[in-house]
Amino acid sequence: MMATETAARKPRKALPSMSVLGPVIALVLLIVVGTALNSNFLSAANITNVLARSAFIGIIAVGMTFVITAGGLDLSVGSMAAFIAGLMILVMNAALPVLGIGIPIILLGMAVALVAGIAAGLLNGFLITTLGIEAFIVTLGSMGIYRSLVTWLADGGTLSLDFGLRTFYRPVYFGGLFGISWPIIVFALAVIVGEVLMSRARFGRHCAAIGSNESVAHYSNVNVNRTRLLTYAMLGMLVGVATIMYVPRLGSASASTGVLWELEAIAAVIIGGTILKGGFGRVWGTVIGVLILSMIDNILNLTDLVSPYLNGAIQGVIIILAVILQREAKAKG
Amino acid sequence: MSRPSVLALRHVTKSFGPVEVLHGVTLDLRAGEVLALIGENGAGKSTTMKILAGIEAPSSGRILLDGQEVAFGSLHEGEEAGIVMIHQEFNLAEQLTVEQNIFLGRELRKGWLLDKARMRRLTRDYLARIDCQVDPDTLVSKLSNSDKQMVEIAKALSRDARVLVMDEPTAVLTGSETRILFDQVRALKAAGTAILFTSHKLGEVAEIADTVTVLRDGTLVHDGPAGEITEDEMATVMVGRDVSDLFPDKPVAAPDREVLLRVEGLNVPGRASDISFDLHRGEILGIAGLIGSGRTEAMEGLCGLRPATSTAVEIGGAPVGITRPGDALAHGLCYLTEDRKLRGLLLDKGMRENLTLQALHKYGRVLIDFAAEDRALDQAIDEFDIRAGARSMRVGNLSGGNQQKLLLAKVMQSDPMILIVDEPTRGIDIGTKQQIYAFLRKLAAEGHGVVVISSEMQEVIGLSDRVMVMRSGRIAKVLSGDQITEDIIIRHAMGVGTGSTERVA
Repeated sequence: MMATETAARKPRKALPSMSVLGPVIALVLLIVVGTALNSNFLSAANITNVLARSAFIGIIAVGMTFVITAGGLDLSVGSMAAFIAGLMILVMNAALPVLGIGIPIILLGMAVALVAGIAAGLLNGFLITTLGIEAFIVTLGSMGIYRSLVTWLADGGTLSLDFGLRTFYRPVYFGGLFGISWPIIVFALAVIVGEVLMSRARFGRHCAAIGSNESVAHYSNVNVNRTRLLTYAMLGMLVGVATIMYVPRLGSASASTGVLWELEAIAAVIIGGTILKGGFGRVWGTVIGVLILSMIDNILNLTDLVSPYLNGAIQGVIIILAVILQREAKAKG
Repeated sequence: MSRPSVLALRHVTKSFGPVEVLHGVTLDLRAGEVLALIGENGAGKSTTMKILAGIEAPSSGRILLDGQEVAFGSLHEGEEAGIVMIHQEFNLAEQLTVEQNIFLGRELRKGWLLDKARMRRLTRDYLARIDCQVDPDTLVSKLSNSDKQMVEIAKALSRDARVLVMDEPTAVLTGSETRILFDQVRALKAAGTAILFTSHKLGEVAEIADTVTVLRDGTLVHDGPAGEITEDEMATVMVGRDVSDLFPDKPVAAPDREVLLRVEGLNVPGRASDISFDLHRGEILGIAGLIGSGRTEAMEGLCGLRPATSTAVEIGGAPVGITRPGDALAHGLCYLTEDRKLRGLLLDKGMRENLTLQALHKYGRVLIDFAAEDRALDQAIDEFDIRAGARSMRVGNLSGGNQQKLLLAKVMQSDPMILIVDEPTRGIDIGTKQQIYAFLRKLAAEGHGVVVISSEMQEVIGLSDRVMVMRSGRIAKVLSGDQITEDIIIRHAMGVGTGSTERVA
């Protein structure tokens, strides 16, 4: 029934589409507004502050970009971070009499965080791919489980790292290299590796193919389940990495650790132009999304123009705007 | 037979774009009569039914309801007039109950609340009338196919259907379920309903129909009482086009060509069983059969795309084990899907990503070499004559023919020794068809083995050196040489007697 016709030649657009420009313009606008409102906004101290605070969500959001691009979702990352933090603190406190304060015990803590993160990610991924349960359901469940587990481990209160240990561990958050703090360096590394993996590697191409159309991917010899499983495992590992950075900041974990991180991470991914139903993702966009979210927070804290309590409302408006922009771009393209 | 017609078509044509698919069809549905509409795939049966039911409007010609010309604006207006169509894929909400489905969209109300008692009473009444034992509270998802069919009929009763149009009602039914359905059809007929149905099973047509109407290529080629036409004659009437020079010349077969692929005892649970065949180097093997005869499933099973077992599979004389698509590709066996839009191409992506997806490992171990991909795309555009406005164009915006050529280029990226193509020219224009036929023949001439699954008779006949006919998940017959005629293929595909060679499906 198809007519014989060659596709009409369309004029090439000179400018990148709004879905690419939108987040960048928004970020530039925020920087302009922030600078206009407060001269300290562009100071090295404030920039470092914004970036360091973005790092936790940012590292997680890099992993989330892959999960969402491959057509998945993970609601459990905030609770997972809290649980891993609690576990890490318990293990380090328990090992203190044996290992004493020193590099080995920090390495042990880091290993626990990474292994726990990967294991938790694999568990999510296994339930979603092999058992074929919907990602929303699985991770909603594991979100509740980890949140409850950390509350139970802390017996409703707070798990605190031994004071001496905390002092020794502090530089991992507060220290740095050439004046750049560790969380920022690790965030940057995660972004660079993630961006290369997404845009230049087979893995990223396979994720986009699966998210775009699972059947096509299957018929094209892409191992759909293994690729999906890897995205969840990678996200779990990055949650572990974020937790390694987070624990030295406060030295404690409680039921309120990492609350709503999952939503911030997902929001950053979407604002950055990754499509929620999968098929297209970009890590650099996610970075811009993370920066937009934390800059709004920062600007509201620096100025008294709008109450900081309205932070959530402004973020919400931006998320919805981002999705509308995406849709416009899609309708035109 | 001389009763006035309830619903009639007069010189109805239908065009999709520049292509006319129905050429002046005239037919009459009479109260208390069953009309069987038969024809090959693509002959225009579905379009005719949709026009009758008001789902599609004719391009020209008239529709008469009780002798008065009508123009249905929608399915709803058709239903208002008492015409109900039952689709092959049931039109039932699976998560609702039988009763809720029967009254869906026209729920009875008492004030602003649902009148459940009356709906319950009427549902029981309708079900009783067709002798159907299901409980009105059962979820439709729990029903068997025949019960779903019955619920559709009950639904039709609730709409006081005067005309019932059924698209291949028996395709999903077992033998005994078909018996039950036919009893109900006879009851409806006795009650004065006009019924039209389509079927590929000519035995059923002979059994239940009063009138047999045959469509071929959108033209009505036979219309007469069922008693005056035999099953053999039906098959003959459905056939009857000569194959033009659309197809490349077939080479004279060398008698002792090496066997490239040997399949023994391939089983795809529920879809195909005991499939055994050989494919020779340089040969094009056609696989014919009705839709649903297990052709696609058997080949997908062979290529590791769906669960399957086999006694033995040999490629180039060496036994191979294939459980995943990657295994098949590693052995040079590649399958091109029949569904280019849902299984073949990523419609939201560009041509480059699509071209290399299946063979991405060739473009770098971890990182992808974009320049090499671009070179491959240049080559593919050139070799397969893909005409796209811009290289970055969404593949979904390409025409069907160009999509198909891109899909062919994509599977060729895997350098297959054996290529299985499924419906390689569905929905594409004749010029592109010819290019694809020429390419497949060239591939075979170069020493590859090619399998072509096709529902288009012309294609199977014009292209294949041998033809394997499948019916109900089994190989009905392998034909070669002079045996490859439309008539013989159709007879085997439909299980109409062809003497001693007939096998029971």
